[in-house]
Amino acid sequence: MDAYERLKAARAKGRPTGLSYINNIFTDFTEMHGDRRYGDDKAIVAGIGRLCGMPVTVIAHEKGVTTKEKVRRNFGAAHPEGYRKALRQMKLAEKFKRPVVCFVDTAGAYCGIGAEERGEGQAIAENLMEMMTLKTPVVSVFIGEGGSGGALALAVADEVWMLENAVYSVISPEGCASILWKDSSKVKEAAQCLKMTAQDLLYMGVVERVIKEPEDFGTLYPQLQKDLFDKLLSLKQKDVRCLLENRYGRFRKFGDEH
Amino acid sequence: MLTKNLFKKPNNTLEWYDKHTQATLPDIPDDMCVSCPDCKAILLKGDLNERYSVCPKCGHHFRINARQRIGIIADGDSFTEFDADMRSSNIIKFPNYDKKLWHARLESSENEGVVCGTASIGGFKCCLFVMSANFMMGSMGTVVGEKITRLFEYATENSMPVVGFTVSGGARMQEGILSLMQMAKTSGAVKRHSDAGNLYTAVLTDPTTGGVTASFAMEADIILAEPNALVGFAGPRVIEQTTHQKLPAGFQHAELVFEKGFIDDIVSRDKQKEYITNILSLHAAED
Repeated sequence: MDAYERLKAARAKGRPTGLSYINNIFTDFTEMHGDRRYGDDKAIVAGIGRLCGMPVTVIAHEKGVTTKEKVRRNFGAAHPEGYRKALRQMKLAEKFKRPVVCFVDTAGAYCGIGAEERGEGQAIAENLMEMMTLKTPVVSVFIGEGGSGGALALAVADEVWMLENAVYSVISPEGCASILWKDSSKVKEAAQCLKMTAQDLLYMGVVERVIKEPEDFGTLYPQLQKDLFDKLLSLKQKDVRCLLENRYGRFRKFGDEH
Repeated sequence: MLTKNLFKKPNNTLEWYDKHTQATLPDIPDDMCVSCPDCKAILLKGDLNERYSVCPKCGHHFRINARQRIGIIADGDSFTEFDADMRSSNIIKFPNYDKKLWHARLESSENEGVVCGTASIGGFKCCLFVMSANFMMGSMGTVVGEKITRLFEYATENSMPVVGFTVSGGARMQEGILSLMQMAKTSGAVKRHSDAGNLYTAVLTDPTTGGVTASFAMEADIILAEPNALVGFAGPRVIEQTTHQKLPAGFQHAELVFEKGFIDDIVSRDKQKEYITNILSLHAAED
């Protein structure tokens, strides 16, 4: 499959969304709402649950499945309050020494008047800064689209995993094509140029693991559950200073060859 | 005819001026004057340079390059540059990126989109970074991210304050995901600098958008902006296209972002040195 076909697969109707992962991997999940600043953003689901018995904080973009639900979830495009809700839950995870699991699936942070007025850029910036020193393990899994800053704001993690047809990019290929070639129909070329597939990103060291997608997604969850549990358990055993040093180093390496 | 001009692209004022004034001002060389894009006043370039490139009639802040900026803000020749030779390469083999870089270097006389180093401002030693709009619109690729990260790491090691001037179209898409990673990388360096108890002051200049807004521009302890600077995450055109809504007057202008509580103060260019000196002084270690 080329980059464009994978992009289409990442956006395909019927692909499991954030809540499917939450419901199939965690038990006793309890959703928590609101950012205590402005409102509750439905594009991001956050709460506490158990992973093989271990209490964890779970945060996921949720695009919605039905049309009505998609509209209610704003197609997984979060406003600042979504990122602030996520950060609030991460801070609680730090306080109660719970690891954090994030599921990323968004075309990007919402671009709209309200989002700008309430500081979309500031909200993302704060997440990047705070996640870098969050004193608890964080693993992010890209399950569909990983659109730019809106994806990164849930992905400053100790490890980043990607489903084999998930994508992760600095700009949408549509945006790239329209800026570069003034022609938004050249999406295919743009997708290729941006190196946005899981395989490309594994090669560049942006992700640690690519997860094979089975025909039936139902068979994916038990394995992912076990892998997440094992990984979090080993990260939990690390000294916090060492954990944070590695997390800093994980991002520090990009571009340090200059 | 009215209909004839209805769908014409708006004229770029400066270009229009250059083209149309030659007949009426035959004795004055083209490069001696400019017209203010806001109030249309015709200004002599020499005068403008003496006035910090601010229009004396209406206060419009013309864009200036990194070296002019350093000349305005740093004491005498106190600026010592770091990593001046660091250059980008076409890491992900993006079409035409090499050519773009070559043009950008030629156009800006800089090697990359940010100039970093140490300087003293009003007698206070600090680390200084100044982004450059004329190098691919100050977009952040791996070199911009690396230079800024190194500056913050140096400042942390030496317990120095950082003063930074931002101007950027956002992350540089020609470097793909590696540009996005610079947002996390710089944010990490800012956080370490902050956790060590050091001061970071950012001055947002026109325009500061995208990945730079969503990382180190909005992470400063004190955030200032130049009058009327565009400050936002998504660009205004993209928002209009996505939402099909007309943007309110003054949307994403520094004054409105200030009203919404994201900027500490709007400071005109002629007052910036005095203002920052005072801030540095208020945070200076007591003897």
